[in-house]
Amino acid sequence: MSVYYTKDHEWIRVSQNVGVIGISSHAATQLGDVVYVELPELGKKLIKGEELAVVESVKAASEVYSPVAGEVLSVNETLEDQPQTVNESPDDGGWFVKISISDLNDLESLMSQDEYSAYCIAS
Amino acid sequence: MPDNNLLKTKLYDIHLSNNAVMVPFAGYNMPLHYDLGILKEHLHTRSKAGLFDVSHMGQCFLYSDDLSFLSIAKALETLIPAEISNLEPGKQKYSQLLNSDGGIIDDLMIGRLGFEGQEHKLYLVVNAGKKLEDFEYIKKNLPEGINIDIADDSLSLISLQGPKASEILTRLNSSIADLLFMSSVDVPLTPNIWGHVSRSGYTGEDGFEISVKNSDVRSLVNILLQNEDVQMIGLGARDSLRLEAGLCLYGQDINENVSPIEAGLIWSIQKNRRLPNMQYKGVKRITADIENVNSKRLVGIRPEGKVPARAGTEIHDAEGNQIGLVTSGGYSPTLGCPIAMGYVNGKFKKVGTRINLVIRNKSMPASVVKMPFVSTKYYRG
Repeated sequence: MSVYYTKDHEWIRVSQNVGVIGISSHAATQLGDVVYVELPELGKKLIKGEELAVVESVKAASEVYSPVAGEVLSVNETLEDQPQTVNESPDDGGWFVKISISDLNDLESLMSQDEYSAYCIAS
Repeated sequence: MPDNNLLKTKLYDIHLSNNAVMVPFAGYNMPLHYDLGILKEHLHTRSKAGLFDVSHMGQCFLYSDDLSFLSIAKALETLIPAEISNLEPGKQKYSQLLNSDGGIIDDLMIGRLGFEGQEHKLYLVVNAGKKLEDFEYIKKNLPEGINIDIADDSLSLISLQGPKASEILTRLNSSIADLLFMSSVDVPLTPNIWGHVSRSGYTGEDGFEISVKNSDVRSLVNILLQNEDVQMIGLGARDSLRLEAGLCLYGQDINENVSPIEAGLIWSIQKNRRLPNMQYKGVKRITADIENVNSKRLVGIRPEGKVPARAGTEIHDAEGNQIGLVTSGGYSPTLGCPIAMGYVNGKFKKVGTRINLVIRNKSMPASVVKMPFVSTKYYRG
């Protein structure tokens, strides 16, 4: 299983052609306390870079984009009643959606964990 | 976020040493939040005491050459809808600086000093983003023989808000305990630090706004921070606190096109000042807007679900016609649900009216509700 990151601070954890998508702990810290997450419908087909979810913090709404093209297999229902899970466990329990990846080549433009860490320090 | 063009308050170093996330605000580098984050800072202020740096706001004193309080009060009454000439020493009122069309140039606090020998003076606190314009407007419109002393270079302003605020401040000077909401005293807070302390604020809590010399503000803040119930609170929580308290934010909920009547501020205009024979800037608009039940009104809004409605969200009636816009909206940490305020056509202002909010192209049900959203705790004795 490998994890990839986008410049917009989403991560995708890939196992075969299924990916789990969330936002990085860096992004969660920047957003502040998450109070609401709008998740996509099951079966929604997404293109790479399309809006996947909206995260509302106390201060503002922010979009989350899909790192790859694919179809939504499931969403994290925990976030409906406990949106703060995104802050408490951004890399794990605070995941957003599970997606079937249409084209594994989409992963090539993404960053590894090390590359992403360097990117966060530089930006 | 280093930006050398931004001004700094005298508490800048204290913000940094408390790990503040600094943001540009009205030309100043100001704390958005500290380590606790907006949500916990908000709840801390509601349960204990929050300390705010509001030194970016404008402070000035007005007085007449003849040293008569009535002279200065009558002069200022030509620019604001509130009655000032009946202010007792040590009392203050909230009002609005109006343009000739009755639009709000700024909203402000107006206090009459209660200190012996200074009772002929008015003390004004205005918004940071408008202070230069306000001071110019006042200078230009007041008659000869009226003086304005702008205190921005000499005075800082802090605010201590929350249920523990009175107990904490009373330890510095016991006379503060009996001070009523919208009253002020000038008292020593340490043997060397004098403060102009008014019982007022922008959170809905019992609390105080304390004006002190620039050279004293750091010492005073450090003394207050020694108390474990006191936390520094940033602008983020200041905004969510004032929204829960149903208080307008200048530039967002009120501006030069909106009248105090439309903004629901009629409570700040005394009955005799609502009459058409009054002579102050914009009085025609005030009386007209009171008469016109269809003119827009600022109302409280409670979205039904969990989705916050941000400023700019369209408000629709049941048939899908746009009837207004949200001007402030977010999540209420105290209530655990979204809240908002916005303008609707007067026909829809009644509490309980069902409306729809268009959020990301979806129509979400909501109701007009009473403000404040969270009951206020002002100390009235």
